[in-house]
Amino acid sequence: MASSRFCEVQQAPPIEVFAVSKAFTDSTHEKKVNLSVGAYRTDEGKPWVLPVVRKVEQELAADNTLNHEYLPILGLEAFSTAAAKMLLGATHPAITGGRVTAVQTLSGTGGLRVAAEFLGRVLKYNTAYHSAPTWGNHNLIFKQAGFTNIAPYRYWDGGKRGLNFDGMIEDLSNAPENSVIILHACAHNPTGVDPTQEQWKKIADVMEKRKLFPLFDSAYQGFASGDLDNDAWAVRYFAERGFEMMGTQSFSKNFGLYNERIGNLMVVVKDTACIVPMKSQLTLLVRGSYSNPPCHGARIVSRVLNDPALFEEWKGCIRTMSGRIIEMRKGLRERLEKLGTPGTWDHITAQIGMFSFTGLTAAQAKHIADKYHIFLLSSGRINMCGITTGNIDHVAEAINDAVCNITN
Amino acid sequence: MALTPVRTINNLIKNTTPSLYHVAARANSWWSGVEMGPPDAILGVTEAFKRDTNPKKMNLGVGAYRDDSGKPFVLPSVRKAEELILSQKLDKEYLPISGNAEFCKKAIGLALGDDHPALTDGLNVTVQGISGTGALRIGSTFLSKFFPGPKTVWLPAPTWGNHVPIFKHVNMDVQQYRYYDPNTCGFNFTGALEDIRKIPENSLIMLHACAHNPTGVDPKDEHWDELSKVIKERKLLPFFDMAYQGFASGDVAKDAYAVRKFLADGHKICLSQSFSKNMGLYGERAGAFSIICNDKDEAARVLSQVKILIRPLYSNPPLHGSRIVATILNTPELHSIWLNDVKGMADRIIAMRSKLKANLEKEGSVRNWTHITEQIGMFCFTGMTPQQVEKLTKEHSVYLTKDGRISVAGIASTNVDYLAHAMHQVTK
Repeated sequence: MASSRFCEVQQAPPIEVFAVSKAFTDSTHEKKVNLSVGAYRTDEGKPWVLPVVRKVEQELAADNTLNHEYLPILGLEAFSTAAAKMLLGATHPAITGGRVTAVQTLSGTGGLRVAAEFLGRVLKYNTAYHSAPTWGNHNLIFKQAGFTNIAPYRYWDGGKRGLNFDGMIEDLSNAPENSVIILHACAHNPTGVDPTQEQWKKIADVMEKRKLFPLFDSAYQGFASGDLDNDAWAVRYFAERGFEMMGTQSFSKNFGLYNERIGNLMVVVKDTACIVPMKSQLTLLVRGSYSNPPCHGARIVSRVLNDPALFEEWKGCIRTMSGRIIEMRKGLRERLEKLGTPGTWDHITAQIGMFSFTGLTAAQAKHIADKYHIFLLSSGRINMCGITTGNIDHVAEAINDAVCNITN
Repeated sequence: MALTPVRTINNLIKNTTPSLYHVAARANSWWSGVEMGPPDAILGVTEAFKRDTNPKKMNLGVGAYRDDSGKPFVLPSVRKAEELILSQKLDKEYLPISGNAEFCKKAIGLALGDDHPALTDGLNVTVQGISGTGALRIGSTFLSKFFPGPKTVWLPAPTWGNHVPIFKHVNMDVQQYRYYDPNTCGFNFTGALEDIRKIPENSLIMLHACAHNPTGVDPKDEHWDELSKVIKERKLLPFFDMAYQGFASGDVAKDAYAVRKFLADGHKICLSQSFSKNMGLYGERAGAFSIICNDKDEAARVLSQVKILIRPLYSNPPLHGSRIVATILNTPELHSIWLNDVKGMADRIIAMRSKLKANLEKEGSVRNWTHITEQIGMFCFTGMTPQQVEKLTKEHSVYLTKDGRISVAGIASTNVDYLAHAMHQVTK
C-alpha cells in the first residue's frame, strides 16, 4: 500500500506525570530527587513491597490447590465483600441491611471507569463535577465514558493554600440534579487538602438538597492518617445520611500493589431489589471491556483482609508508611521556616497523604528541576514519599531558592 | 413547574422534621429504572450443570482446558516460571501504560517470529492488554477513533459472542460475512469469498487466526492464501484475533500461518493475542494488542494515541501474568518445557476428537461425523439442532450451548464413550 491508513494520526500530548518521571530517570545528576510520581518510597528512596504481601505471596505459591482459572466477571467475591466492609465498617447499617454491593475492578482507575460507564450508559447521566484541581485522569475517564458535561467545582484556594469551602458549596449549589460529584474520600490528590468533618456535613446537606450523586474516590484509606476508620469517615457519614452512592477503592498505595491492579467498586442502594439487575448491567459493561479481572492481586488482598493476624500485620505496615510521610512533612516545614522562606508553610503539615500542593509556580518548579534535578509537577505538586532524611535538606534548600529568586 | 401535592407535603415535612424529610425525599431510588440485563448464555449452562445431581453429568459449555481427570491444568512451565519470579523478589511498581516491555516484545515475537523484519524495523506498536478481550477492546477503541474507513467491523458468521459488544460499546457497527457452512459443518469458502468481495473498500475485517471460536472450523492454508488476495484487492484492514496459538495444532508456527502469510503479502494488520489458553493463565489476564505500521514515526504516533486511550480504562495493566509469559518465552529451558506443555494439551484434545468420532461410529451412527476431527482447537460445532441439544441435556445431563457447540477440553477418556452414546441417542 502506497500510503497508510494511519498517516493522519497525530502525536498525542505527553501525560505530564510520566514525562516528568522520565526526565528524572534520564538525569545522571547524583543528587537527583523524584517528587513527581505517586508511589511510596522508603527512607532509602526505594519501592517497598510490604512484608505481609511477600509473606502471602509465598503462601499462595506454595498452595497447590490454587490454579489460574478465570475469576467470575465481577471478580473475587470474598475480596469485594471484605473490601466494602473495610471502607464502610463491618457493622455499618448499610452493610448489615444488605444494601451494599461491590465488584472487583482494575484498581481505582478501573473502578472509576466502570462507575462512569454505568452512570452514563445505564442511568443516562451526562453531567459530572470534579474538584479544581483533581487527579488528571478523572476528566479523561468520564469523557471516554460518554459524559458530555464535565465541569470543575472550586476546591483549592491558592491564596490561603487550603480549601475554598465557600466556592465549593456555591458551585455544588448550582449543579443540576443528577450531577455525579467526584469526591476524594481522603488525602485529596493533588492538593492534600481534605474538608473537615463539619465541612463534609455541609457538603452532604447541599448534595442532598440538590439531588447530586456522590462518587467517592478512595485511593488512600489507611495511607493518609494511618487509621482506616479515620480515613473512611466521610464515606461512612454519607452512607449513614442515607445517600445512595458509589465508592471506588484502590489498593495500589495502601497495599503497595501498584502493578497488580486491584480495586473495588462499592455501591450503596436504598432498595435491595435493585442489586441483582444492577449487577447484571455491570456484568455486561465488564464483559465488553476486559471479560473478568486479574486474580493475583485479589487473592493477596482477600487473604489479608479476611485473616485477623495478617490484617493486624497489614495495619502495622500502613502505620509505617503514613508515619514516615508525616515525619517528612514536619521536617520539610521546619526547614523552610528555619530558612525563612517567604510565605507560610503550615499547609505542608496541614495537608495529608502522599501529595502536597506546595504553592510553587510552574516557573519555580522548572527552576528546581533545571538547577537541582529535583523533579515535581508544574502544578507545584510534590510526592512527599520522594523526600528522605537523606535529601530533605537539599529539597528545602531548592524550594527556598526558587521562592526567593523566581517570581511569576 | 408547579409543585405537586407530594412535593408540598415533602416541604412541610422538611420544615418540621428534618430526618423524615430525608426519608421522604429519597423514596425514589436512583436505580429503579435499571433493567435486568440478558443472562450470559454460557454461564447459564454452567449454573444448570452445577445444579444437576446426575453422577454422569458432563460440562461441555465453558471454554477452559481440563486434563484427563476433568481438572484445571496449571502448566509445569508456568509453575517453574512462578518459582523463578518469586525468588527474584521484584518490586510491584506501576508498569508503563503500554505494559511489560519484555512481555510485549516476546508476545509479538511469538506471533510473527522473533526476527521478523517488521519487528527488527520497529514497525509494530505492541501494548499489553487485559488478555484477549482487553486487547480487542484497545483495538476497537483505537479504531473507532482513528480508523479512516467506515466505522464498521465485518465479523465471520458465527463468531465469539463478545466480539459484538466490544465493538458496539465504542459505537461501531457490526456486519457479517459468511463463514460456517452448516451443511458440511465446515468452512464456506465460496460464501466467504463472495461476501468479502462485496465489503466496501477500506473497511475493517476481523479474522480468527486459528481454532475458530465457536465452530472449530479453520480455513486451510490454500484458503488463507486466496483470502489474503481478495482482502488486499478490497483494501481491507485485517484484524486478527489469535487466542489459541500453539493450542490448536500443537505447533506455534503452524497456528500462526495466516497471520504470517498476511504480513508477507503486505497487509498491515491489527492483532490481538491471548495467553489464557495456551499458557493456562486465564485469570491472570495476559494479552497483547499490536498494529503493524508503515514506519517507525507512524508507530510512535500511533503508540502515543493508544496510550491515551488505555489510561482512562485502567491506567496500566496487571503485571503477574505478563511476567510469567515473559519469563517463559525469555528462558530457553522454560520455553522448551512450554512448547511441550502446549503440545500436550493440543494432543489430548485431538485424541478426544478421534475417540469421539470412533465411538460414534461404533455406536452405529450413520451420520457423517468427519467434522469432529476436521475441526480444530477447543471447540467443536457438532451440527446438533437446538432440539437435540435440549434432549442431550435433559435426558443425559450433557451440558452444552444451544448452537450445538461442545468444548472438547471437557471430554475425558473416562466419559467419551458416554458422550458418544448420548449423542447417538439424540441424533439417530
